Amino acid sequence: MTDICFYFQVHQPFRLRRYSVFDIGKSTEYFDEKKNEEVMKKVAGKCYLPANKVILELIRKHDGNFKAAYSITGTAIEQFEKYAPEVLDSFKELASTKCVEFLSETYYHSLSYLYSKDEFKDQVEMHRKAMKKHFGFNPKVFRNTELIYNNELANFVEKLGYKAILAEGADHILGWKSPNFVYKPKTTRKMRLLLKNYKLSDDIAFRFSNKGWEGYPLTAKKYADWIEPAMGDTINLFMDYETFGEHQWEDTGIFNFLSHLPGELLKRNISFHTPSELIAHEPKDEIDVHHMMSWADVERDLSAWLSNKMQQSAIQELFSLRTEVIKSRDKELIERWRKMTTSDHFYYMCVKWFNDGDVHKYFNPYDNPYDAFITFMNIMNDLIVRLKGEDLNRQTALRIPTHNTKWVRV
Amino acid sequence: MFGWEFPPFNKGGLGVACYGITKGLSNKGVKTTFVIPKAPEDAHADHVKLVVASNIKNVSIKEIHSPMAAYMTNVEYQERIRHLLLHGNEKSKDEIYGQDLFQEVERYALRARKIAENEDFDVIHAHDWMTYKAGIAAKNATGKPLVVHIHATEFDRTGGNGVNQYVYDIEKSGFDNADVICAVSNFTKNKIVEHYGVDPNKVHVVHNAVEFTNFNENAQKISGNEKIVLFLGRITLQKGPDYFVEAARKVADKVKNVKFVIAGSGDMMPKMIEMAAEKGLANKMLFAGFLRGEDIDRAYKMADLYVMPSVSEPFGITPLEAMRNGTPVLISKQSGVSEVVNHCLKVDFWDIDEMANKMIAVLNHSPLKECLAEHGGQEVLKFSWDVPAQKCIDAYKSAIEKRGGK
Repeated sequence: MTDICFYFQVHQPFRLRRYSVFDIGKSTEYFDEKKNEEVMKKVAGKCYLPANKVILELIRKHDGNFKAAYSITGTAIEQFEKYAPEVLDSFKELASTKCVEFLSETYYHSLSYLYSKDEFKDQVEMHRKAMKKHFGFNPKVFRNTELIYNNELANFVEKLGYKAILAEGADHILGWKSPNFVYKPKTTRKMRLLLKNYKLSDDIAFRFSNKGWEGYPLTAKKYADWIEPAMGDTINLFMDYETFGEHQWEDTGIFNFLSHLPGELLKRNISFHTPSELIAHEPKDEIDVHHMMSWADVERDLSAWLSNKMQQSAIQELFSLRTEVIKSRDKELIERWRKMTTSDHFYYMCVKWFNDGDVHKYFNPYDNPYDAFITFMNIMNDLIVRLKGEDLNRQTALRIPTHNTKWVRV
Repeated sequence: MFGWEFPPFNKGGLGVACYGITKGLSNKGVKTTFVIPKAPEDAHADHVKLVVASNIKNVSIKEIHSPMAAYMTNVEYQERIRHLLLHGNEKSKDEIYGQDLFQEVERYALRARKIAENEDFDVIHAHDWMTYKAGIAAKNATGKPLVVHIHATEFDRTGGNGVNQYVYDIEKSGFDNADVICAVSNFTKNKIVEHYGVDPNKVHVVHNAVEFTNFNENAQKISGNEKIVLFLGRITLQKGPDYFVEAARKVADKVKNVKFVIAGSGDMMPKMIEMAAEKGLANKMLFAGFLRGEDIDRAYKMADLYVMPSVSEPFGITPLEAMRNGTPVLISKQSGVSEVVNHCLKVDFWDIDEMANKMIAVLNHSPLKECLAEHGGQEVLKFSWDVPAQKCIDAYKSAIEKRGGK
């Protein structure tokens, strides 16, 4: 028998406005306020508010025996404050139960670890402060954007003072091992590694409403029966919070499932733990991960964000500006630049899934990856114009990547 | 099949589509009698035409002497007749052609009827309005089912202004008399449903494709420091050359070392030359004239971007030709091809700022250009003529069924 650890990811990016080359030097409106507000209000109504209500009820009903962890990005929190303050209040209420834990991540849900360790540290620190400020919580456990992970990253994060880190329980790193144990990342001193049980997580997150799936319809009882015989320390159920009500709509019965699952599990003497409570476990083994992996797509790699030249050149150029951006001490400019580091902007430029018109399209505000790139580059060029303090009345010289630009392999 | 001249003698996409479909049908074992108007002064080109035709199995060519040509307007027809009378050879003078295009269409239909009476076939397939009368005549003579194929309507050609009533009536009677209609896109299907009151259930959408065997893969790119943006098509209202020139002005303001090439001919050419000069683009805008064969692929290859800013494009094969050459494309959303192609840039033809924005992006950001070329080049491979040919066969079957045939 094994316990359960729930972690929910809460994130919304600042989507960019359609920004033309003719806006460069003329407009600093980079973000699509209307669209962002629209999405936030929609998701708040369909997911955040009703899901938080269910979680709060569960905590009260089970008298502290139900627990869960959240990782909420800084960009999501800012948009709660701006467009849906009641969502932030409901998370604060959850925090006050002490049955909810908050994880640490980059404030901007960025890929900064791959391009600038300094920026990574800054964004992690910003996020820590936000967790302290809003929820009075000091995170001990780290999760990187999209569970992007390798040994070196675990090592780096340990040096920042974290006790545990989350990653995907990908087959290619586990081999015959089970994801249901606490491990230690190779090369760290005493870090704990918590691996997602992707099969059981995806049963809820992706397959719940799939009528062609053999597990359909999934009830709390059926799911608890699957979990009961499992061996190990913990089954880590990691998923996007938007699973509840947004990816799986209310009429699929997802909220009903969520509100009955804890009771079914507790009945079977299966208990709930938060990630920081799992630190106490002795690691079962070491896990050795050299290449970067993530929880995205079947590839479980970085290809969703960094597989084509548009993505690579956009992100490299963006990070090549960092030193100057920080040096400018222009708070507004720094903030704009940081909002552009959010991984979603690069995800929108992904070509690999564009052919089959699959689920990714649902989350993409652009018609195609090329439009995403064009908008991003135009905005970045405006940022450059402002950074260099060029005479705005003069015709703007565009920054053109040189032929010598080298693509970094990550 | 009542069709039009094959490349390289075609004047645009109509001939390319006729060739592609015929070839695709041949691959699937369908025998075609292909009836085309034969221009009197082109008699010397006979052997070439036969060579082109003999490349395709299962096809026999029947020619009807006629000065009619694809895309022709009545004014152009009458000019041609006058030219023939003055300069034509004895043989061409023997024939009595229609005084105007409309009479000629009627005369052509009578000839077509004769051919139909002497041929053995199961279904009649007619391409665009000039052959619809021929198709109807053949149907009346033989009782065989009629499929009409619509590549462009009078509304596309005129932009909705100055629709010729006579042409409209022939198109409409073609649609009404047809057992099945093939439209080259949903865009076109909607147009004929809206403007001609066609029953949508009668329409099969048959998207066009592109030829891979006949193109010159080795056409060399002209090297140089200058970036090239290409327009290739008839210089007519339908193709939106004026939007191209407007956008070019905006691009030239932002990008140095850029040249714009307009390849093609048409009634708006003098106006475009004037417009380019007025906008100070005289030394940036090059008019390359009408290109054929290898020169077309060479033009695509030398371009950094191909733009098709059509005001109303029923399909638009040229973007596929550009993609086949690994050239990024920017197309108007008012086109049939934009329904089926993903790896390209799309814009509303009237949105000149956005058109320029996208042109500039391709010229300035090589990763964008490379991604479009790479993924477009892969995507275009799925556009084989066998696909529309199969859809035509389905249309034939349904037409035969409707006539109570087997």
